[in-house]
Amino acid sequence: MESLMMILIGVLVAVGIYLVLSRNIIRVILGTAILSHAVHLLILTMGGLKKGDVPLLSQSKGPFTDALPQALILTAIVISFATTAFLLVLAYRTYKTNGSDDLQELRGMSDE
Amino acid sequence: MNNLLVLPLIIPIITAVILVFLREQIVLQRIISLITMIFITIISALLLNMVQTEGIMRLDFSGWLPPFGILFVGDSFSILLVLTASIITSFCLLYAFSTIGSRHEKMFFYPFVLFLIAGVNGSFLTGDIFNLFVCFEVMLLASYVLVALGGKKRQLRESLKYVLINVVASWMFLIALAFLYGTVKTLNMAHIAVRVAEAGQDPLLTTVAILFLIVFSLKAGLLLFFWLPGSYSVPPTVVQALFASLLTKVGIYALIRTFTLMFPLNQDVTHTIIGVMAGITLIAGCMGALSGRDIYTIATYNVIIGVGFILIGLAVGTETALTGAIYYLIHDMLAKALLFLLVGMVFYVSGESVVKKMSGIIQNYPLFGWIYFLVMLALAGIPPLSGFMGKVLIGQGAIESGSYVLLALGFASSIIVLYSLLRIFLASFFGETTISYDFRKPIPKGAYLAFVLLALSIVSVGVGAESLAVYVKDAANTLMNPSIYIDAVLKG
Repeated sequence: MESLMMILIGVLVAVGIYLVLSRNIIRVILGTAILSHAVHLLILTMGGLKKGDVPLLSQSKGPFTDALPQALILTAIVISFATTAFLLVLAYRTYKTNGSDDLQELRGMSDE
Repeated sequence: MNNLLVLPLIIPIITAVILVFLREQIVLQRIISLITMIFITIISALLLNMVQTEGIMRLDFSGWLPPFGILFVGDSFSILLVLTASIITSFCLLYAFSTIGSRHEKMFFYPFVLFLIAGVNGSFLTGDIFNLFVCFEVMLLASYVLVALGGKKRQLRESLKYVLINVVASWMFLIALAFLYGTVKTLNMAHIAVRVAEAGQDPLLTTVAILFLIVFSLKAGLLLFFWLPGSYSVPPTVVQALFASLLTKVGIYALIRTFTLMFPLNQDVTHTIIGVMAGITLIAGCMGALSGRDIYTIATYNVIIGVGFILIGLAVGTETALTGAIYYLIHDMLAKALLFLLVGMVFYVSGESVVKKMSGIIQNYPLFGWIYFLVMLALAGIPPLSGFMGKVLIGQGAIESGSYVLLALGFASSIIVLYSLLRIFLASFFGETTISYDFRKPIPKGAYLAFVLLALSIVSVGVGAESLAVYVKDAANTLMNPSIYIDAVLKG
């Protein structure tokens, strides 16, 4: 199961990096979103996939699964949600003011 | 257990939330935010003295004992930085009152400054590496807003790059965390240190350490500083000063903490890499500062030189060098804040940012000119100003351990710093003034107050280095002997 997960993560990272390297802002932002999904799966896998019972002391008897990676992922999802939302707004404003969503044109070397 | 420890994080957050509801009452916002920062300054001064008498303090949230719960740890190093950061933010707020303009003030400028300082203080105080990530993100989200607030063409363009770079850096932080958790199965920094020592820091752990090095270098501007000059030159002056003095320093703090506490065992690899990176950073920073034609470029490259110089202290890694690094860190935070405020004011009074197009500023504003002269001397490391102790001790440490290349680079960079800033002084401050005394733009009183207070603190850190020595030596001692920190967290 772990190797399957690792292949999936690898594919997601490849897709994410391909998108991040493109010139269109929206594609770059989608790329960062996919990269963050990949790393969430990585945390889950590195924490150990389900090997034991639900970690509730009164309702199941051990060995228990480590619940911490899921707490970490939850936090990371919230953070990446906030960042992505902010990035989308910022990209929209940049597009409105600068009149372009092409990162090549946003380099800003020529006019300074 | 000491509940005071959480106040530098929680008070700014609560006040910031309250300030959001006071959007139209600008005067009230100013008063509340300034009182908050002064209060935190007093609290951190109290905490600093308590650490000296009671040893390292910790606060386990909701009573979960380490290594299971999240905790805050206050040792001299982190609390010194919290104190310095709070003092600088108070002064920067004074400057902001008279310069930032009501357009910013109504768009939640003060709440975001408070969120920023909450993230910064949290990063200094936390004892849990995942919590460090969370505090980083709190700080970064606030900084994203502050860098983009204003919405000018160039500003938006540069902030987009700044945000993207930091999103990728945070992504790498998570990868490093995943591998670390997979290998040592704990997130408490002290517990990680114990587990790494038990396992003997094998190549796998060293690789994880290098991953952390890359992440924190991106934040600190160590070698990976390509994003820094662009994004630090677009926001308003106060925000620039806060960024230059706080954000990169959080990265430096994280680097020092990681490589003295968690991964200190394989120094041949990690500290050599840090040394090489610091050396290249110094050279590149000097080249940027020499070639810069406008004041903003010169000032931002001076930030990069400062980062390189502090990390020589970490790369050398003796107790003297680390003491010097802490002294220099405090000095650099104060001096860079003042430098950026001054540079912003030069632009305000002359309307120019290119060095050669200005002249004679000192004739219209004598005090302003001499404060610039003072900060220039402090950054070059002239005694008795604040930069001197740090430079001497880092140099002494480098000689002790025989790192002569880093020593030469470090002191050569001091000369370049002096030259690049002296060039501004000679060209822009001296000479014939182009604007007559009667037609000059007055500098706001609040700005002068901030300048004078920051200049006074630079002088007092330099002159009073002896009275600071108690705290700095304790901080360096804890960094050199991680067992003190580990015992305080796991056994106390």
